[in-house]
Amino acid sequence: MLADILFLMFAMGLLMGAGTVVLAKNPMVGVLGLVFTFLQASMLFILMKAEFLGLLLIMVYVGAITVMFLFVLMTIDIDFGRLREGFAAYLPVGVLVAGVLLAELILAINASPMEGVGNPIQAAVRGASGGSDVERMGLLLFTNYNLPFQAAGLILLTAMVGAIVLTHRRRAGVKRQDIGAQVLRLKSDAMVKTKPAIGQGVSVDHWTPKSVATHEPKLKKPVRKGKGK
Amino acid sequence: MFLNITLAHIMSLSSVLLVLGLVGIVLNRRNIIAILMCLELVLLAANINLVAAGHFRADVLGPMITFFILTVAAAELAIGLAIVTLFFRNRGNIEIDSADVMRG
Repeated sequence: MLADILFLMFAMGLLMGAGTVVLAKNPMVGVLGLVFTFLQASMLFILMKAEFLGLLLIMVYVGAITVMFLFVLMTIDIDFGRLREGFAAYLPVGVLVAGVLLAELILAINASPMEGVGNPIQAAVRGASGGSDVERMGLLLFTNYNLPFQAAGLILLTAMVGAIVLTHRRRAGVKRQDIGAQVLRLKSDAMVKTKPAIGQGVSVDHWTPKSVATHEPKLKKPVRKGKGK
Repeated sequence: MFLNITLAHIMSLSSVLLVLGLVGIVLNRRNIIAILMCLELVLLAANINLVAAGHFRADVLGPMITFFILTVAAAELAIGLAIVTLFFRNRGNIEIDSADVMRG
């Protein structure tokens, strides 16, 4: 009974958060609504005895993904009000299509045979033998699903490399270490052997190295398009 | 343990969530970031469905698929937001309408 009441509470919170995401004027508010939605969803997961996934949802989504959204929103400088032009124009069509789709989905769910599936007591009896959720998932992840598990790791690696490659840029005028230039530096670039006469001393003004390392990246000045000068 | 809540109820909840996400995609048609957020809602609806099915069948396969969906969604979002950043750097805005010319 308690679980039912909690489910209703978390479901309401979930839908309210989702509504905030959809309708938010300020996208910052939308991101906070997304955080709220994911928190409620993770509570639902825990209620459905998927504790590992519930905590994973908090860590991955609330901890990483929404923070990534916040970073992007803070770094780009945009008048978000202008992007909402046409919001009201799309509203009737959107609500109509959504209503039809929702009616179809609910009809399909109610029409599909779910005897034996929706019996929570039977499910609990069957599930009681398998230990905790983390135990069962861990056992499967490292045996039957070992290959997909490692493929998931590779996908994450690819995404990380891709994001860095896409957003990385070299600015002109920033001094950075160039390991290639350091390794390619010759002895003749850096030092010269002389044998000055006694009392003469050495002047370095007229000395030019034989090969000057020219590995400075040649950068064009970034061309700014847009308004004004 | 649920007494009166069945799989159909939870699936109805995730249907509403999915439709909300789709409406958000249609309504915020010009704002790429809002579209990405609504896509997350749609994926969350799928995840809730899978976890609920796994719970009511006492099967760990549903949560397992959810695990991989989470991974792929995170990767997709990282790339998507990188593309948004790059798009803003090149164009100065993030309107989808101005994404009709494919130049660097």
